[in-house]
Amino acid sequence: MSIQQAPAPDTYVKQESEPVKNYLNAEHTVASWLLTKDHKRIAVLYLISITFFFIIGGVAASLIRAELTSPHGRLFTNDSYNKLFSAHGIIMVFFFLVPSIPATIGNFIIPLMIGAKDLAFPRLNLLSWYLYTIAGGIALTAMIMGGVDTGWTFYTPYSSVYSNGQVVMTLIAVFIAGFSSIATGINFIVTIHKMRAPGLTWFRLPLFIWAHYATSVIIVLGTPVVAITLALVAVERVFPIGIFNPAQGGDPILFQHMFWFYSHPAVYIMILPSMGIISEVIANGSRKRIFGYELVAFSSLAIAGFGFLVWGHHMFVTGESVYLAMVFSLISFLVAVPSAIKVFNWTATIYKGNVTLHAPMMYALGFIGLFTIGGLTGLFLASLAVDVHLNMTYFVVAHFHYVMVGGAIFGFMAGLHFWWPKITGRLYNELWAKIAAGIIFLGFNLTFFPQFVLGYLGMPRRYHYYPPEFQAWNILSTAGASVLGVGYLIPAVYLSLSLIYGKKASANPWNAVGLEWQTASPPPTENFEDIPIVTWEAYDYTMLPDVESDLDYSSLENEGSVSGVPAGGVK
Amino acid sequence: MSVEAAHSLHNEPHEHEEHLAHQFMNREQQDESYIVGMWSFLVTEILFFGALFLCYSIFRIQYPMAFQEGHEELSWVYGCANTVILLTSSLTMVLSVHAAQTGKRILSAMWLAATSVLAAGFLVVKLAFEWYPKFQHHLIPGVNFHWPHEQFTEVAAGKAELFFGLYFAMTGLHGIHVVIGIGIMAVLGTMLLLNHKSTQYYMPIELAGLYWHFVDIVWIFLFPLFYLIGKR
Ligand code: HEM
Ligand SMILES: [Cu+2]
Repeated sequence: MSIQQAPAPDTYVKQESEPVKNYLNAEHTVASWLLTKDHKRIAVLYLISITFFFIIGGVAASLIRAELTSPHGRLFTNDSYNKLFSAHGIIMVFFFLVPSIPATIGNFIIPLMIGAKDLAFPRLNLLSWYLYTIAGGIALTAMIMGGVDTGWTFYTPYSSVYSNGQVVMTLIAVFIAGFSSIATGINFIVTIHKMRAPGLTWFRLPLFIWAHYATSVIIVLGTPVVAITLALVAVERVFPIGIFNPAQGGDPILFQHMFWFYSHPAVYIMILPSMGIISEVIANGSRKRIFGYELVAFSSLAIAGFGFLVWGHHMFVTGESVYLAMVFSLISFLVAVPSAIKVFNWTATIYKGNVTLHAPMMYALGFIGLFTIGGLTGLFLASLAVDVHLNMTYFVVAHFHYVMVGGAIFGFMAGLHFWWPKITGRLYNELWAKIAAGIIFLGFNLTFFPQFVLGYLGMPRRYHYYPPEFQAWNILSTAGASVLGVGYLIPAVYLSLSLIYGKKASANPWNAVGLEWQTASPPPTENFEDIPIVTWEAYDYTMLPDVESDLDYSSLENEGSVSGVPAGGVK
Repeated sequence: MSVEAAHSLHNEPHEHEEHLAHQFMNREQQDESYIVGMWSFLVTEILFFGALFLCYSIFRIQYPMAFQEGHEELSWVYGCANTVILLTSSLTMVLSVHAAQTGKRILSAMWLAATSVLAAGFLVVKLAFEWYPKFQHHLIPGVNFHWPHEQFTEVAAGKAELFFGLYFAMTGLHGIHVVIGIGIMAVLGTMLLLNHKSTQYYMPIELAGLYWHFVDIVWIFLFPLFYLIGKR
């Protein structure tokens, strides 16, 4: 990896006298951050906020694991344990995973990748962050005021009639967070449709863009449904309108249908952006075009489409019709096909590639393995008879942590490292990054693999008492969680340090193709001095000389966009 | 000042670039972005209401008797009146958009005002002539619900409460959209009168128009489902 290059002579003097303007040093006041309309700054605001919620969710997770070292539940009362896992789930799903990649990395990178000056609606983008922050504040207030014990799924009629917690307040928070993600979704759809640089046709788009397009479609179609559903639950707590209350002739199962109509697609909101990152990183790490580009692109759309037809697999044991269950089971198997296409195509890309094992690539490889395990165990759960045994056990918990942590968060980490030099203009410590990636991989498997075994043996989820014979597996899992925790702390340290001590990044530290690498690191406020004109396919690594340096692309007319840029930016 | 104001009413070519936000390359791109964005938003709105219509359909099929009897408590006269009011308001909205497109600023503001007055009329009928009597007749779930027919029909009070729950939830959500619409029209109308920069260009009014037609269409579905179902 190259570090920095000699500035061109004519810009040299200027750089000496005053630092080059970029989006970070353009303005310094607090207001210039809080009222910014620059997608890059909003992405940074989002990054800080979601990190905050990740820490809170992580603390809750540690407490859960600590409690489960003993079969007798010694640390918490039943009530506080219920509130603990609810808080963990609600924060991690609605306040971390759903916005994690789109609102941070997507927000930052999408306009750069498509050669635009900003998203289509910068003010809507800022509004999205404010909605998110307000929602987060309300959720935290609700937790401080007693929290909820409904689980992240808010099943009725418990949540709508019987639970005593701060259900209404929490539901309002999730409702508002939903609108923040709708705002992001609409913004991305319009941006990807209308703001692409001249010559950047759909099939020249990086797969990251395709993935975010599919994600946005899911957000726009799914989120309103869960929003109104949760709103109905909140209303029902105040006025007995009875829609979900069997005592009044209402239907609690209807709630589950409406909830999962969003929440199954929502798992793809969490995984698809991650898959987009993996495509970028694998192409760069193998220095090859993604094998079967079109198939990978369309598989994102297929996942978005099929994803809306499988929600019933969460409800096999609710007494839904057997025939319905059979159809849901079948479609759940079908939805695994596009996911498998991606996995096979990534593997085929690596095959005979010129592989560099940089930290993002390590996370990407981890993603492929862990997502495969997570996806395949999803198929176990989608098989009717097997699910009767496994549902509501730790097997389900292990399944979704393999896809959400092993998949979505590994992708997030890959992307964070890959674009860190672009976002901050600094290089992080690659050695520590690799060590941390290794520790996270080990810790992750140690935490969650035992949970497959526990679930298979019959340990139910959401209880803090369990038969003593399960203790060994639980202690193993908690030990793994400690390793995992350390694994996450290390990047927190070296990434923060890189902001001060890191070497300045060049425009293109990974020697990658893609428009975002043609502008300075960190990019200027307007992203590009001139709007680029695209004449090449995505991932055309043949157009880069195969050396470890930042040379200009032969096919680019944009004089000075890559070479001759002083580290730190243009202008 | 006055020269400038008069001048900006005409849609001269160089005027176009003036209303171009920095992230767009040209007006065409900007216009298309706004339109695509608004339609995407309306799609989310359709799903938002769609979930409620789903609930309605399911319980209507399950409890036809409760829906029949509940419906008889509603007055189709007021429903009809409100339908006429809203349809008229859609017409005035179209006229406002047309005026904006042809650069008639004051006229556009006047039609917006007319639309808001009609929208307010809709709310008056809804609240004063429909919701308030429901309160007097003890038909508000949770507040004072009492179902008079309970003694002599097999329809349990809970199911009637469910019907009214849906009625208030759906017309209430629609009502909130009407209130938001009035707010938008008030702001846009004022901006037009003040000749604010953003409304010298017709797109904001066009977008408000799309929104208002959507609100109208939702009512076109609510009206028959609640007020006309008994008239087989
Ligand atoms: C190959 C694709 C997948 C299939 C076939 C699949 C299948 C399933 C099934 C059948 C269940 C229900 C288990 C039960 O409650 O008894 C389930 C639960 C779950 N899955 Fe997946 N899954 C897949 C991918 C994913 C992905 C990619 C994610 C997230 C990124 C995910 C997240 C979840 C979550 C969060 C739950 C548990 C929800 C809860 O009850 O709290 N799944 N999955
Ligand atoms: Cu699912």
